[in-house]
Amino acid sequence: MTAPHDRPTASELLQAVKEWMEQDLMAGVDGRLAFHVRVAMNMLDIVDREITLGAPMEVRHEEVLRGLGVASDAELSHKIRMGEWDTDFPQLLEALRPVVEDKVRVANPKYLR
Amino acid sequence: MAKLGMASGGELEHDIARVMNASEVTNLRRLSGGASRETWMLSADGNDYVMQRVRAGRPDGLGLEPQVLAAAHRAGVPVPELVVDGSESTELERPFMIVRAVQGESIARKIQRDEEFTEARGVLASQLGAAAARTHQISADEVSGLNQSDQLTMYRNVMDELGEPHPVFEIAFRWLDAHRPAHARQTLVHGDFRLGNVLVGSQGLAAVLDWELAHVGDPMEDLGWLCVRAWRFGGAHPVAGIGSYEQLFDAYESVSGVRPDFDAVRWWEVLGTLKWGIICINQATTHLRGISRSHELAAIGRRVCENEYDLIEYLTEMVK
Repeated sequence: MTAPHDRPTASELLQAVKEWMEQDLMAGVDGRLAFHVRVAMNMLDIVDREITLGAPMEVRHEEVLRGLGVASDAELSHKIRMGEWDTDFPQLLEALRPVVEDKVRVANPKYLR
Repeated sequence: MAKLGMASGGELEHDIARVMNASEVTNLRRLSGGASRETWMLSADGNDYVMQRVRAGRPDGLGLEPQVLAAAHRAGVPVPELVVDGSESTELERPFMIVRAVQGESIARKIQRDEEFTEARGVLASQLGAAAARTHQISADEVSGLNQSDQLTMYRNVMDELGEPHPVFEIAFRWLDAHRPAHARQTLVHGDFRLGNVLVGSQGLAAVLDWELAHVGDPMEDLGWLCVRAWRFGGAHPVAGIGSYEQLFDAYESVSGVRPDFDAVRWWEVLGTLKWGIICINQATTHLRGISRSHELAAIGRRVCENEYDLIEYLTEMVK
């Protein structure tokens, strides 16, 4: 997955930066700046999870769209807006659930119930 | 800018003292405010005040907020008392208002967890219900010129302008449009009634703040928005993360005589979740289009999916 690149892997690089932020940078800041450092650390975690978990999620998203007979979120959105799915919302919501859960799993896994 | 520079030399203090008819203004300090306003703390003749002033280069003005604040005060809503309405004044260069400072905490995490708010947490949902009921007793015409746009249409337009397709949001738009609450009253609505925009003390609600989004509409909007999952800040309970619908509705009814309709509140909760999702896209777009580059705004773009996730939960229950 990392070839031809050397270690650290992309994920290991992010973790190294995050550890530095957590252990050294945070110790020297407070208030609004500390909050902004936490936001930045959280963003590194999102990128790390996307690198680690993203590939099968992309495949799943494509499969779900194909199963719904569309090529993109834009096309699906248009069809919903035109009322084509009005009588099948339960089925559509069930189909979209795993895709949305994947997004949350990368962005903020603690949010999942 | 020259004026702001001179402020540190005492000129702004002097000008504020004049508009307040105070003998002396001391301890003037600027807090980090929002994008359109400056917020200042100050002391005058032994009392503490908060001044909000329009930022340089912003054409927005203060709108009707001073008038709304005064109307809320007359209706018995706990709000900071308006001391000077400078919305039409040029005495401090740009429109401003000065209110009496209220002691209290606005940070949700502290209100939900800190020891000193234990008692407050037991009564806050009821107090919010009572404050909302009093707000909604203010008639639509008491403050003239208030916005009366249809929220669903307004956010449809924002969504289209942003151009980021989200199928779950489209389902929400369809469902909301087909299930609008019937017989909605039209009253003054706070417009951003939630944890984060209220001050809480050890005894509970101290003041309702941030009235700049006040408008005319269905009062259930405020109750729904209050219960949107984002404004529960991780808490398990629907009202501000710490209280129940029953507490909220009982207090609302005992003040106003009107029992909130649960289905209408839930409709507004769904709309509020959609609305917050669209605001998240908008925040990220502000960064991505270079209007205001900020990693904090960028990060909010990855919160859009929390709202898709919540909407799937709401809608799955509602379309059964």
